[in-house]
Amino acid sequence: MIQFPATNVPLHQVQPLSNTAFLIASVIKVVVVFTGVMVVVAYLTLLERWISAWIQDRLGPNRVGPRGILQPLADGLKNLVKEEMYPAKAANIYYILAPMLTGIPALMTFAVIPFASPLPIPGVGVVNMVVADLPIGILYILALTSLGVYGIVMAGWASNNKYAFLGGLRASAQMVSYEVALGMSLIPVFMLAGNVTLTQVVWAQQTMHLWYALPLGLAFFLFVVSAFAETNRLPFDLPEAESELITGYHTEYSSMKFSLFFIGEYSNMLTASAVMATLFLGGWDIPIWQGDNMIMIAPGVVAGAEPAWWKTLLTFGAFATKTGFFILLYMWVRWTVPRFRYDQVMHLGWKVMLPTALVFIVVTGTTILVLDALGIPYGLGFGLILTVVNAVVAAIFFMVIDRDRVISGASAHDRRRRRVDARLAMPVAVEEPEPAGIRD
Amino acid sequence: MLEAYAPILVLLAISVLNAVGMVVASHFLGPIRPTPVKRSPYESGITPLGDTRERFSVKFYMVAILFIVFDLETVFLIPWAVSFRTLGLFGFVEMLIFIAVLVVGFVYAWKKGALQWE
Repeated sequence: MIQFPATNVPLHQVQPLSNTAFLIASVIKVVVVFTGVMVVVAYLTLLERWISAWIQDRLGPNRVGPRGILQPLADGLKNLVKEEMYPAKAANIYYILAPMLTGIPALMTFAVIPFASPLPIPGVGVVNMVVADLPIGILYILALTSLGVYGIVMAGWASNNKYAFLGGLRASAQMVSYEVALGMSLIPVFMLAGNVTLTQVVWAQQTMHLWYALPLGLAFFLFVVSAFAETNRLPFDLPEAESELITGYHTEYSSMKFSLFFIGEYSNMLTASAVMATLFLGGWDIPIWQGDNMIMIAPGVVAGAEPAWWKTLLTFGAFATKTGFFILLYMWVRWTVPRFRYDQVMHLGWKVMLPTALVFIVVTGTTILVLDALGIPYGLGFGLILTVVNAVVAAIFFMVIDRDRVISGASAHDRRRRRVDARLAMPVAVEEPEPAGIRD
Repeated sequence: MLEAYAPILVLLAISVLNAVGMVVASHFLGPIRPTPVKRSPYESGITPLGDTRERFSVKFYMVAILFIVFDLETVFLIPWAVSFRTLGLFGFVEMLIFIAVLVVGFVYAWKKGALQWE
């Protein structure tokens, strides 16, 4: 845990923001972040289609504007002037409310994520590069993302369509199941950082000189999987499984109401990527370089390195790169891993992820306590010992408990088949009967 | 500390305005020409049979109940995790007992087949 004022961290007195300046800066940040998220979301849809096309070896959107650059605009315009439909038996109030309930929280979650180092503005003061540095930090994100469930369930119920209803039902059960694993996989992060404020979590990683992806690798893995399930992305897109449920809970939606669901899904994806980058890959921290290790601990007090405008730019670049990596991972996984069956989803969530997360909490807690008792200070050595412990736990998890069953299902299946193929290819006597259990 | 929440309120206002504005704008910009066939539920071209809001599997209720238990556990774990290193060994053992109690319930639910989906 980091106590202020720590003795070995230089503190810089900077000009604090006046109340008016704080208000103006806040409004500017809100508008910029909101617009930024909307534009990024619009272009994520295009990026997704480009990457899908690239992976499937086809052209993808290339008609609207040069190389299809204006496709999101065309889509938005089309949805705006499309015919609206109200199903005859729909519960109209909930039918209209549902897409809003999905879209609004999804667009608001980004507010607590720090996206760059504090920016000094000459004559005004130092502005923290986060819309709202809430003391509850990640809890705000957890609370708002669970609100998204209401929108989906409401949509499924209000549409009065059997497929939509099944989709909404599945979505609710899946999202609450993985929310448990999601919350549990975050506990080790809080234990190590001693804080839930995201700026503090970034600072805790900077002072450890090690991103939490290493000392808390298993928690990182569990979080990534749960986040995929929470955002209803493949391989967890059962709520909208096209081959079974048409499009699931938004089957009956058209025009801008459908767009809102889409915006909600993609901004959830963006926020999840940003959260993964912040909690486990150091947020806006640039690796190795010490010059960006700083935190604004109070209005007008910056601990660590000196803030500068070019550092803000560089760190924003680092943040965007890490977030982009996770977004690409989302799209890559979509075309790589096949969809789970529903019983597999529930099995994975309750019988694999939850117990693993609980065990990992206990193991991490014990290790931290032992290291504290040995008097090892929080820093690189502390992190490396945790990394070793984590590697052992992860190895046990993947190689002994999972043993090619749930997590590594598809690839293990592939390996098994290749083993069988190799055995079949061996010269065997023709009259010998096929060995039992060769069928996959 | 409360002024930290002011930007959230501004963001909430913008998000709500944006969402409502989008739906209202498309309501006025798009044509609305309903026909009975158009307004019937889209179930792959098959005439809908029976009511949608029928009874469904009890499993979903089980998941909901288990979710409440374990989400509450997470809620209790978070403040503990934040002050974990100041609480020391005592706090850790206390939380181990708490987790153990819940694990007993979890194992019971597991053995009873509450987590079994066919």
